[in-house]
Amino acid sequence: MRKSVFLGALTVAGLAAAAAAAGTVDDVKARGKLNCGVATGVPGFAAPDANGEWEGFDVAVCRAVAAAVLGDPKAVEFVPTTGKTRFTALASGEIDMLARNTTWTFSRDVDLKFEFVGVNYYDGQGFMVPKALGVSSAKELDGATVCIQTGTTTELNLADFFRVNNMSYEPVPIETNAEAQQQYLAGACDVYTTDASGLAATRATFENSADHILLPEIISKEPLAPLVRHGDSEWGDIVRWTLNALIAAEEYGVTSTNIGELSAGTDNPEINRLLGTEGKLGEMLGLDADWAKRAIMAGGNYGEIFAKNIGESTPIGLARGLNAQWKDGGLLYSPPFR
Amino acid sequence: MSGTHAHTVGFTRDTMIPQADPPMTSVGAIGWAHKNLFSTWFNAIVTVASLALIFYVLAMIVPWAISPTWESSSLSECRDILAAANGGESGHGACWGVIRERWVQLMFGFYPSHLHWRPVAAFILLGVALAPVLFSDKVPAKLLYFTLAYPFIFPWLLWGGTIWAPLSVAAGFGVGYLAYRIVSAVAGDLLSVLAGVVAALVWWLVLSGYVVDALAGLIPIGLEPVQSRDFGGFMLSITIGVVAIAASLPLGVLLALGRRSDLLIVRYLSVGFIEFIRGVPLITLLFVASTLLNIFMPPGTDFDIILRVLIMVTLFATAYMAEVIRGGLAALPKGQYEGADSLGLNYWQAQRLIIMPQALKISIPGIVSTFIGVFKDTTLVSIIGLMDPLGLTNGIRADTNWNGIVWELYGFIALVFFVFCFSMSRYSMYLERRLHTGRK
Repeated sequence: MRKSVFLGALTVAGLAAAAAAAGTVDDVKARGKLNCGVATGVPGFAAPDANGEWEGFDVAVCRAVAAAVLGDPKAVEFVPTTGKTRFTALASGEIDMLARNTTWTFSRDVDLKFEFVGVNYYDGQGFMVPKALGVSSAKELDGATVCIQTGTTTELNLADFFRVNNMSYEPVPIETNAEAQQQYLAGACDVYTTDASGLAATRATFENSADHILLPEIISKEPLAPLVRHGDSEWGDIVRWTLNALIAAEEYGVTSTNIGELSAGTDNPEINRLLGTEGKLGEMLGLDADWAKRAIMAGGNYGEIFAKNIGESTPIGLARGLNAQWKDGGLLYSPPFR
Repeated sequence: MSGTHAHTVGFTRDTMIPQADPPMTSVGAIGWAHKNLFSTWFNAIVTVASLALIFYVLAMIVPWAISPTWESSSLSECRDILAAANGGESGHGACWGVIRERWVQLMFGFYPSHLHWRPVAAFILLGVALAPVLFSDKVPAKLLYFTLAYPFIFPWLLWGGTIWAPLSVAAGFGVGYLAYRIVSAVAGDLLSVLAGVVAALVWWLVLSGYVVDALAGLIPIGLEPVQSRDFGGFMLSITIGVVAIAASLPLGVLLALGRRSDLLIVRYLSVGFIEFIRGVPLITLLFVASTLLNIFMPPGTDFDIILRVLIMVTLFATAYMAEVIRGGLAALPKGQYEGADSLGLNYWQAQRLIIMPQALKISIPGIVSTFIGVFKDTTLVSIIGLMDPLGLTNGIRADTNWNGIVWELYGFIALVFFVFCFSMSRYSMYLERRLHTGRK
């Protein structure tokens, strides 16, 4: 009796789950909220403010997707994930998408069965040294002590770089970025190495940030990308093209301020297709015609989001660099909206 | 003989010496210091060295902690204030602005701010519900009914939703009891207990959902629901701690009795459970709760993450509690058991009246240590992405205004934890004194 009731309950749950697994986009619409996995706190990329509102560069992607699908950039349930829980949270369906400065690698894409929808930030591993060290290139770091987070790809990249350049170094293993800041400032190591965006954010917090410099060498490729589960291409398409819409909007000069004016119709057919006054792109995605307009209005185009969260006017102060539009010598290149 | 004596004694006092004050070195502050601090040259050296160390530490901490930065709204503003106070030089001091701006968040996490009264009320009522248990000699015994009702009020206040859900859960116990009474009229003890359990489970798993829906449709009384995701800060720590502590004591008693039971299967099940849970780190259990269970369950099943964590932490605390209580049971002389037997008490009567009151009294320090340990262990949930105070520090330090702050945040959190744990420890000492009745 007891067993059959339990099994019955399980069966019901299973059936409900099978029905729910039909399509992520339908789930999201039915729920009225997007479950978006973010970091528990990375400066400039994801952090809650004093009122508990999440802000940041990765967070903006979540908000844009929520605006495109649900019409409300606030309709996001942010799920803080750690480096250890992020992939199971996505695989198990606890979150609909993950925007948590995650590097796009072969094994994550193929073996872990995820789908990276496009790069939102091109990062790479860099070095920070005190000016007093008198070093201007990473090639001069022979024999240096290096603060390095253990168990990360940065550790392997560092070993490769020093071996290729036939130099020696002494690693000072540390666990977290906060610990690294303290160790580095206390002089436990000559050099601190991690992703360049992280270095910039760390340096911005120093009392005398001008006394420290980032070396010009970037020794690894870290394309940070939002991702979704394998096997639901409709949902993957929506997230991918929302990101592309933000990038394309910057390329076409569509900003959150002039979008109202431009969506009345322009001479440029590409802008018209993007904003839904021409063609049926929204319908093809299973959304309405205004989807991209809402996504852009949520936080502005890619350039505006960048400038607001991590750009040169913020304390983090990152230059566009690789993250400039392809026309400006960067790598951002949205496929055409056609 | 007496002559000799008179000859040897040259002087005999025949009046009392007036009472003099004790010497300077043995009374008052000086006397106290002489006795306790400078009694030997070695003690004197240790005293001076310790004082120097304490002064050295305080001289570093106090000027740092007394810092005019309460109103600042970012780390750089703090530095400006400190520099201004120090006459242009870069000053040294704590940046308390982060606590002013974020203490509400550290207390309540992302709980909606207009609903903060609910966790506050829940924890104040917790004090009321605990009073008859903790201070049974000072409050009316009638309050115990409130204590029984509290396990249903507590989740309702925190999570909100319709009032019929907790009422229906409570009704499940009534249904089980009713079934027990009906079956016990016609069948044996074991069978009626089984019937009670089955009836309660049927109610909870199958019927109560429909009943709650129907009642909520008819009479919609309820609180605004709050998602588990919004729980955070000390509220989350205390919720996990209180539930684990409250549930682990009775379960631990049962397990400890099970481990000493004469019934083979019960004994081996208890031993297996205790040794398995104690042999596994808590963080592993939390990972099971947060990731493995997610994979085992059908996708889309919504098994609340906090509920999963609560279950795991409770299991963990239960295993430790069982061993602490087993220690208390083992410390009781065999005569107590035999005495209970000779009075003709059955097993449960003997446990309730003779064994447990003594065993629990002996175990108090161990039990409270386990409580304190469980409460502090709740910070581990930050590793699986829950926003307990330590998890929140990560988010706060990621705010560009506060990036680079370390000591102030962790110091504040440590202080709050200390207050809770120290009160628990003091209470245990009070309890030991009060129960210190016999068997010295």
